[in-house]
Amino acid sequence: MSVPVAQEAQIINVTVNGEPHTATVEPRLLLADLLREVLGLRGTHLGCEHGVCGACTILLDGEPMRSCLVLAVQADGREITTVEGLAGADGLHPLQEAFREHHALQCGFCTPGFLLTALYLIDGDPALDERDEKDLREALSGNLCRCTGYQNIVDAVRDGAARLRDAKEEV
Amino acid sequence: MKPPRFAYAAPTTVDEVLDLLRIEPDGTTVLAGGQSLMPMLNMRMATPSVLVDLNGVVQLAAIDADGDRVRIGAMVRQRTIETDARIARRLPLLPEAARHIAHVPIRTRGTVGGSLAHADPSAELPAAISALDGRLHVRGPDGDRVVAAREFFLGPLTTAVEPGELLVAIDVAAPPAGSGWAFLEVARTHGAFALAGVAAVVHVGSGGAIDHAALALCGVGSAPYAATWLADVATGERPDEALFDHVAQRVHDEISPYDDGHASADYRRRVAVVLTQRALRTAAARSNGGGPS
Repeated sequence: MSVPVAQEAQIINVTVNGEPHTATVEPRLLLADLLREVLGLRGTHLGCEHGVCGACTILLDGEPMRSCLVLAVQADGREITTVEGLAGADGLHPLQEAFREHHALQCGFCTPGFLLTALYLIDGDPALDERDEKDLREALSGNLCRCTGYQNIVDAVRDGAARLRDAKEEV
Repeated sequence: MKPPRFAYAAPTTVDEVLDLLRIEPDGTTVLAGGQSLMPMLNMRMATPSVLVDLNGVVQLAAIDADGDRVRIGAMVRQRTIETDARIARRLPLLPEAARHIAHVPIRTRGTVGGSLAHADPSAELPAAISALDGRLHVRGPDGDRVVAAREFFLGPLTTAVEPGELLVAIDVAAPPAGSGWAFLEVARTHGAFALAGVAAVVHVGSGGAIDHAALALCGVGSAPYAATWLADVATGERPDEALFDHVAQRVHDEISPYDDGHASADYRRRVAVVLTQRALRTAAARSNGGGPS
């Protein structure tokens, strides 16, 4: 049986922040536009649309990726986390709290991408807050911020890592 | 800034990919990690009529590190190269090179085969694989052919892969046990395109003389520059500054860097000299368990 080659829209199933969605999409639709325009989740921001700025970073099956460089059809059957999935019923996520307290944002355009990149980094390295400044900045270098000068973002990510570790130890 | 219309296929085997490539070889583009192709689609610099997505072809994503040579499937992610314990043990040059490729959220998606087949002159993996004298496995309608890394990269964005063919894997022999390595690069910011980068492997024998050395550079010409003469020059020599200077001078004389908006050819040449010296020094110091310095 030959593999279908289609320009027509096709049906995909994705789980976004734990909720299943079905959508009919053209192959050329970007994952970022599926999230924003089809599912109405506009917390994922689109800056450069060529992978440089990192504003559209989401987690695809737990790994941070540019949603402007992934096709919606490629997310069929996958799990996606966007910034809308972070806060719980009882308020902001600990990492969001850390961003708020450390003034790690001004206009907020880059913040969703930073949060999801940082969550992945903390998940892979619970002692992320003890890493030296150069390593931490290098790990975050795929997300651009034009307001803060990064210092407060680095502080917030360090503090967020510590908060998440404390929260885990309390359980 | 949105991709043009294209027909999309998501095969799950290499045979299916080759069948798809046969239908319309010139208008068909394969999509690996998409970290270079997707921007080109978004900017409409690439306008394929058919896009064949390799992300569902599981057999292309395997690493086999059990044999004499380490075989890495074309769809292995760059982030995997950076974090895989088997690669770190047998080919530590590769994770060090991978850390210079763009950023974490690019490396989670970008692939080894995608970087090699894209053949950007400033890319890290083509230089690293050239230094390691790797082999590229290209599959076409008539079966596999094996191309040495040093014959694979023909020019900017141009490789030995012909229409209808697919890069399926690379294989690399681990350097002699106890070899030191280094991948160094200068870019405008971390993750930006390399102005120049150097991959080096050095093994210092028990008598204190070099018995294995390899060197390749990126960003200093239209394709990776492999110093194929290095074994003749360095074997039997002591790893000292006089040798490093001599090698760096020859690199200086043989590379043909280009001017662009990021740096002049002259600046690239000077960076290549300094990085060559540093990379050889670091690799020699790490030889025989010297450890990262």
